[in-house]
Amino acid sequence: MAENDAKPTLPKKSGPYISSVTSHGMNLVIRGIVLFFIGVFLALVLNLLQIQRNVTLFPPDVITSIFSSAWWVPPCCGTASAVIGLLYPCMDRHLGEPHKFKREWSSVMRCVAVFVGINHASAKVDFANNIQLSLTLAALSIGLWWTFDRSRSGFGLGVGIAFLATLVSQLLVYNGVYQYTSPDFLYVRSWLPCIFFAGGITMGNIGRQLAMVSVEGGLTAF
Amino acid sequence: MTLTEKLRERISRAFYSHGLLCASYPIPIILFTGLCILACCYPLLKLPLPGTGPVEFSTPVKDYFPPSPDVVSQQGDPSERPDWYVGAPVAYIQQIFVKATVSPWQKNFLAVDVFRSPLSRVFQLVEEIRNHALRDSSGVRSLEEVCLQVTDLLPGLRKLRNLLPEHGCLLLSPGNFWQNDRERFNADPDIIKTIHQHEPKTLQTSATLKDLLFGLPGKYSGVNLYNRRRVVSYTVTLGLQRYDSRFLSSLRSRLKLLHPSPNCTLREDSIVHVHFKEEIGIAELIPLVTTYIILFAYIYFSTRKIDMVKSKWGLALAAVVTVLSSLLMSVGLCTLFGLTPTLNGGEIFPYLVVVIGLENVLVLTKSVVSTPVDLEVKLRIAQGLSNESWSIMKNMATELGIILIGYFTLVPAIQEFCLFAVVGLVSDFFLQMLFFTTVLSIDIRRMELADLNKRLPAEACLPPAKPASRSQRYERQPAVRPATPHTITLQPSSFRNLRLPKRLRVIYFFARTRLAQRLIMAGTVIWIGILVYTDPAGLRTYLTSQVTEQSPLGEAGLPPMPVPGGVLPAGDPKIDLSVFPSDPIQLSENQTQQPEGRGNGQTELGTEAEVTWGAEDEEIWRKLSFRHWPSLFSYYNITLAKRYISILPAIPVTLYLNPQEALEVRHPQEANRYHPFLSSTGGKLSAEAQPDQTSSRLHGHRDVTLYKVAALGLASGILLVLLLFCLYRLLCPKNYGQNGLSHSRRRRGDLPCDDYGYSPPETEIVPLVLRGHLMDIECLASDGMLLVSCCLVGQIRVWDAQTGDCLTVIPKPRLRRDSSGIFDYQESWDHSPDGKNGLDDSFESSHQLKRMLSPPQPPLFCDQPDLTSLIDTNFSEQVKVAQSEPRLRAVGGRQKEAGYDFSSLVGKVYEDEEGGCGGRRRSLGDESLSGFDKSSPLPSWGGDFESSVWSLDLQGNLIVAGRSNGKLEVWDAIEGTLRSSNDESQSGITALVFLNNRIVAARLNGSLDFFSLETHTSLNHLQFRGRQSVCAHLVGVLGCLCSPLILSSAPRLLTSASRGPQVFRLEDSCCLFTLQGHSGAITAVYIDQTMVLASGGQDGAICLWDVLTGSKVSHMYAHRGDVTSLTCTTSCVISSGLDDVISIWDRSSGIKLYSIQQEMGCGSSLGVISDNLLVTGGQGCVSFWDIGYGDLLQTVYLGKSNESQPARQILVLENAAIVCNFGSELSLVYVPSVLEKLD
Repeated sequence: MAENDAKPTLPKKSGPYISSVTSHGMNLVIRGIVLFFIGVFLALVLNLLQIQRNVTLFPPDVITSIFSSAWWVPPCCGTASAVIGLLYPCMDRHLGEPHKFKREWSSVMRCVAVFVGINHASAKVDFANNIQLSLTLAALSIGLWWTFDRSRSGFGLGVGIAFLATLVSQLLVYNGVYQYTSPDFLYVRSWLPCIFFAGGITMGNIGRQLAMVSVEGGLTAF
Repeated sequence: MTLTEKLRERISRAFYSHGLLCASYPIPIILFTGLCILACCYPLLKLPLPGTGPVEFSTPVKDYFPPSPDVVSQQGDPSERPDWYVGAPVAYIQQIFVKATVSPWQKNFLAVDVFRSPLSRVFQLVEEIRNHALRDSSGVRSLEEVCLQVTDLLPGLRKLRNLLPEHGCLLLSPGNFWQNDRERFNADPDIIKTIHQHEPKTLQTSATLKDLLFGLPGKYSGVNLYNRRRVVSYTVTLGLQRYDSRFLSSLRSRLKLLHPSPNCTLREDSIVHVHFKEEIGIAELIPLVTTYIILFAYIYFSTRKIDMVKSKWGLALAAVVTVLSSLLMSVGLCTLFGLTPTLNGGEIFPYLVVVIGLENVLVLTKSVVSTPVDLEVKLRIAQGLSNESWSIMKNMATELGIILIGYFTLVPAIQEFCLFAVVGLVSDFFLQMLFFTTVLSIDIRRMELADLNKRLPAEACLPPAKPASRSQRYERQPAVRPATPHTITLQPSSFRNLRLPKRLRVIYFFARTRLAQRLIMAGTVIWIGILVYTDPAGLRTYLTSQVTEQSPLGEAGLPPMPVPGGVLPAGDPKIDLSVFPSDPIQLSENQTQQPEGRGNGQTELGTEAEVTWGAEDEEIWRKLSFRHWPSLFSYYNITLAKRYISILPAIPVTLYLNPQEALEVRHPQEANRYHPFLSSTGGKLSAEAQPDQTSSRLHGHRDVTLYKVAALGLASGILLVLLLFCLYRLLCPKNYGQNGLSHSRRRRGDLPCDDYGYSPPETEIVPLVLRGHLMDIECLASDGMLLVSCCLVGQIRVWDAQTGDCLTVIPKPRLRRDSSGIFDYQESWDHSPDGKNGLDDSFESSHQLKRMLSPPQPPLFCDQPDLTSLIDTNFSEQVKVAQSEPRLRAVGGRQKEAGYDFSSLVGKVYEDEEGGCGGRRRSLGDESLSGFDKSSPLPSWGGDFESSVWSLDLQGNLIVAGRSNGKLEVWDAIEGTLRSSNDESQSGITALVFLNNRIVAARLNGSLDFFSLETHTSLNHLQFRGRQSVCAHLVGVLGCLCSPLILSSAPRLLTSASRGPQVFRLEDSCCLFTLQGHSGAITAVYIDQTMVLASGGQDGAICLWDVLTGSKVSHMYAHRGDVTSLTCTTSCVISSGLDDVISIWDRSSGIKLYSIQQEMGCGSSLGVISDNLLVTGGQGCVSFWDIGYGDLLQTVYLGKSNESQPARQILVLENAAIVCNFGSELSLVYVPSVLEKLD
């Protein structure tokens, strides 16, 4: 009941898993946990992509290099993604405009794939200069938003997230917690905001889908 | 007509004709497409095989010089030169290939003697190589100058620190096992253990330390105890930084002088350059695997949306094939036009698939499937195509535009990607249009033929009418219970996929697909494949040699013709070199002496051995793992990825050791440990072994390994079986097969279940029981907040629907107490069955009641009803026909001769086949009360209390009650006061609709009265105004739900086809349509905002009408017997009939989806909570069903287990609570929490 009251606009339908969740709070927690793990996983994988750029042949103890960056980065990314993924549906609810554009899991998967592709491009493709790289990535990110989100609120939130995250990483780098090999934008890489924006859109997409798990969409919240 | 519209029409027309073409000639088109795919993929054959295998290129040794680092200034034919052959190699590898044997062999020698003394000579040989120096005009050059200087080992390899050289020349030999120290070697009691101590225990396909130091595959080394050939081979591997031809040839000639190999036929004329591709490490693999996982998830989620086709899997496969072959085509086309892919194909592949996408395919399928089923297949395909043509073209144009933008980023990698994507998109479009459409048409045609005729007959779904033996239940015979009280009869069609509980679904999936079995099979095949591929002597080498054979420069791989022994290899460059310690004369001496010594010296001691050099020794490094060199260099943090090494022709060295030498180096412990080498058969065997060495030399070793593997396999198999058995015992309960009724707390036992025997967890919910009514509840009404009920005695109670509190009782309790003794009596009676715990209290009470009330039976009105209603209800729900008949005769005097068909009356309220003058709702309390109240009327009582309430409606806080005597009353629900009443007509009000301020009352005499309600502000008194009476035909069912239309129907008397339901407009009460089409009377109607109207008749047929035009939309034969209730959701129509079957129909197509067999008497109690949640009543329980899938979600038992009142009515409130009418009690059931989220 609480769920229905809280979300009058979203047609709540759910699969067997979510239906076993008894309360709104529990549901929220589970969604948060799922998002957290997705975030951690993506952070690890994408970090690996960045590491890989310089090294081609790995020594046998390559597993350690997966965790070679600071340990707190993946949990932070996970927390951030959980927050973002919960924030998007919450915002939709408060604005009273449910997100209906391409609400299905295949589209979400496509979105994630494009996001990983953007990261891949930023790590692997050799660009002539950094401006070109940043512009390309910005165009790709906007394309991602247009293809999978297309809501003004999503765009605004994404820009806000990108700004905040860039600010945070600037502060971190400024205080020497973390370092980039070749900073070209104050202290960080200039493509960072684009990646953050795309990541925000992607996690929001996942979060929205999780919040609106439907029978037709066939849930697989897990 | 604008340009876009023109374009649109043209496109859609083109697609239409194309669809017709595809569906008309499916086979030729598929063949044509297949040919196109093959033709486009043909250039792919020229591409190298995928994999990270090294590539070779050989150049002659003569006038070799390292290639210049500049690509442009290369001489020679550039076409022969691979593009990686640029710059100096990482290293030159010089191997000194040693073959040693003890000769002549004495019979009392031990097995270790085969390799101990030959290995001991390696120290000497290494010293010779290390100390070799070339003196010529430019000075002295030593090995240190030309060799590859290596630094530290990687920090992770500390255990190898003593074994691999550090800070010096890269010189590897078996001597490294003993730190190149002869003393250590001599002191080593167990050589084999030393050598094998660093061998990995698990399956290892890459180079091991033994391979590295021996420089050749372990099985060729001959260092084992079963070496019948008694020839030990090893190499000394030398890594060189620079290519110094003079130094190398001096080394070669010196070694040949010292240890001549007279019959050596190794070719020495070419250097092989081996180029290594980029390695794929774990770190690269993880992102790759992630993208592929995402890709598969995408494909999965996309293809699962394919529905309504004959073979879902077939179409999904076709979709995937479409995408994959379009990718292959694009790569092939790009190669054809000279765009060789430089990107790593495996990496960009997932992104390409995502860009190309499966969307079009799905959209096509959906569009085709949604065309009318009754059309011809050709036309369906054509229509579906042309419907989606515009969006497909638009999407395609958008994607092309995006890719075009990407092309102008001018980044080479992105440009290449875009190029591929464009070609891929175009070929994908081509395939969709030709291949997929055709496959779809074939599929649809198959479905037309096979499934459609199977789907239509609804009768097939009805289970045979079974004589349920309720009487036996009373006798507590749980064994004889109705077989399946809750079964869904499902149609075996692809129409819907049944949703089972997750656990079962997983198991069924495993069982259906034999997943585990197949996985194991696939795993085995892959494993074997890996073994074969990576085996140094396996497929890989074969392929390599094939490739080198084909390549013009690969003659090195060809085995040379065997040359008779004693002939020196041609091209020996020793002639013009002045080699420091060598002596040409000594050479000739050695050559002549050695065979002599062998020949006449020690023949009597044993057989002699001769070292032969054959074709199998040619380029022995080829037999090494192809990861041999990369792993060696990676130990020093030197990568070979995208670089190459040059392998120089090996220098053959043959060592013959005499028996004294072998005896000298023998370790004292070894003599005790090993027996003489095959003392009995050794000589004979070794003599025989000479001709066919290759076949038999490792025989014994292999045997032991085989036995070990077999034993291990057996042990692990037994373990696995035991483990599975334990798991089985753990998972399956002991009473497996006993119907799973371990929770047999419920004596009734017949748990509702699915077709699959799955019964969901039952929930004991204590419902909110609303007690207070003295007799059976007749009418119910609710507006979400309030709940109004009226029992047979005419007592109206108002409840709070949320809390279950009784707010108001009409009439007021005190009045009632004062006034009528019958209430007291009834109350006392009411308590009486409480003591009983039987199932039959209701029956008993009703029986009792009937006996009580049978004497006063004054026919008050002409339409005075009889007892049939009450009797019907009770009997139909609880008593079997056989039993009820006599009682009925005893009680209902008017009934008995009627030949009552009880089964046709079950659950039916409105139907009365032979009732006197149209009595429709009769109630027991009615007559008794009316008789009673006549004698003592209540002056203080404003309302009419003489007659029973036949109909009830509620809006706001106003209750409208229609009474049997034609009186219409409006009550205040909170205060319980009469606000207004109207008794203009005497005819009983059978149905009421209260909407806004209008009241529509249907009366027994067939008139429909329209009242409007007005408020007098001063008196707060409501007044009826403007009554309009419309003479409709006898109004039986009145349906009206928030729509400005009133639907009425004639239930009886006019059974001819002349009259159907009539539709009236609420505002002006004018009759809009009479819907004609039913052959019998109308028994149930439904109307909602979507302007679709459903009606069910006596003939068991359901008609759907379009309200705007009054035309019949569809007509389906639903039930055997009357349709008793009818309701719709947005997608289905749910009907229940006298046959106790609830049927669910597809609303748009009128096709029956499935049906649910209900318990006796509960047939018509159903309610729709949401679009996909249905609740049905049962014997003391309510069940929740998923409408979309037809599976039982949950059964909720109300109250204690041994009370089993049937749920006669179910009313769904807005907050998803359900009110069930259980006799005289109301139960307020909130939807179980499990189901809460479903809506």
